[in-house]
Amino acid sequence: MSKNLSIFDVLGPVMIGPSSSHTAGAARLGKMARYICEEDISSVEIQLHGSFKETGKGHGTEMALVAGLMGFEPDDERLRKAMDLAQGTLAVSFKKVDLGYAHPNTARFIIEKSDGVIMDITGSSLGGGEVIITNINGFEVALKGNYFTIITKHFDKRGIISQVTTLLSKGSVNIGNMKVSRNIHTQEAIMVIETDEGVPTEIIKQIKGLNEMIGVMIVNPVRGEIHV
Amino acid sequence: MYSNGSELLNLCDKDNLSLYQVIINEEMKQTMMTKEAILKKIDGILEVMVHSVTYAMEHPVSTLGGLIGGESKKLMQYRAVGEGLSDGWILKAMARAFSALEHNGSMGRICAAPTAGSCGILPAALITMAEKYNLSRQLILEGMVVASGVGKIISENATVAGAEGGCQAECGSAAAMTAAALVYMMGGSPKTSFDAAAIALKNIMGLICDPIAGLVEAPCAKRNASGVVNAITSADMALAGIQSIIPFDEVVEAMYTVGKNMHTDFKETARGGMAATPTGRLLADKLK
Repeated sequence: MSKNLSIFDVLGPVMIGPSSSHTAGAARLGKMARYICEEDISSVEIQLHGSFKETGKGHGTEMALVAGLMGFEPDDERLRKAMDLAQGTLAVSFKKVDLGYAHPNTARFIIEKSDGVIMDITGSSLGGGEVIITNINGFEVALKGNYFTIITKHFDKRGIISQVTTLLSKGSVNIGNMKVSRNIHTQEAIMVIETDEGVPTEIIKQIKGLNEMIGVMIVNPVRGEIHV
Repeated sequence: MYSNGSELLNLCDKDNLSLYQVIINEEMKQTMMTKEAILKKIDGILEVMVHSVTYAMEHPVSTLGGLIGGESKKLMQYRAVGEGLSDGWILKAMARAFSALEHNGSMGRICAAPTAGSCGILPAALITMAEKYNLSRQLILEGMVVASGVGKIISENATVAGAEGGCQAECGSAAAMTAAALVYMMGGSPKTSFDAAAIALKNIMGLICDPIAGLVEAPCAKRNASGVVNAITSADMALAGIQSIIPFDEVVEAMYTVGKNMHTDFKETARGGMAATPTGRLLADKLK
């Protein structure tokens, strides 16, 4: 039960049918994976779990996931032609898997970028078009795509968090939420920061330039306005 | 601020405002959007709806599951012969509801109202009713605002998701929203709108969500067509002065309790009802 909804939470979303969770949500998941890969995807293996695996075919889930990976919005009429449109630009394969106790509507994307780097992204469609990215390259996250998000991967050293937040405040970016997780074996950490504004390019460059930084990802909100 | 039906009615009474005025004023406060911007956005949604409730009336569609397709056209042909048991505009509203679901099932563009599986009820009733009485586009937009306000209350106090509350939460909420809007558009009072909404929700209380093969096709499409009729008859009852014995807010709470107590087999899992019949299972196996 959520409080203080807008009337547009009831009247909407405008979407390509048939299902807000299996079609619109799938497209949003694909789009978030695309952002996480900095819109650079050469090939992808999409693993389908649970209800995505069982009823995905009748819901156009595969087409919707691919459409999202190509950057289409959930209400884009090209969605139903996504497989054809991907021909020649994006190599796609599907695999039916069992991811254990994952949410019933879960997809895992094994993405190869143009420089050969592999990205491993898992996310679930929660219903009504809401989605969550739960894992990026082995790091647990909880990205819902409602805010501008900056994800840093860095060596787990003292002071790195404050260096990043100082740079954000220098760029007049207000932090809404923040979560840090680390892998004690590799001494690496991931920080997910949700912000009220987009982070200026110059600030991203400076964050990328920090000594302990391994990588920085930017995920734009995918909820967006209803496109009508 | 209103968090339930009685608070919304009090706001209407206090300043002698219509449901539309109170709901849009609150929406402006909450979203910081202007009235014009809100109505423009709803107008865009109406455009999507008009297309979705019209398309399959004229065009054959082929849905992903192939369980539905052609129903809208059949009703229109039946109506053209002029022998329908239902009045002509009711048949047309039913055909429009089918069109939206056929369009949705064939990966067409629709607007969830409140969900994709119930996307035919509100637009089919409002658009056909406005056509019958030659009502303005502005009045349809106002009806949509009223419907959304009612849906918002159901969503905030219970659920509109089939997976949480069964079909009563989806098609029931859609019919309740629609009934309230129809009363508003006919000039009924705020209280009458809520009586209509309560009656519509009561009419299908307990209805399970049992999609064959787990797809948003059957029995969803037929329940959208019957949902339109539920909304229209509920609005008529209320406009005739028949009141809901149980207040709207209590009906919503009861619907939520019924939904929570409903076995998970009957909440969009395709393990109960029509989905679990021998024919339902056979169709599901074929689609695998």
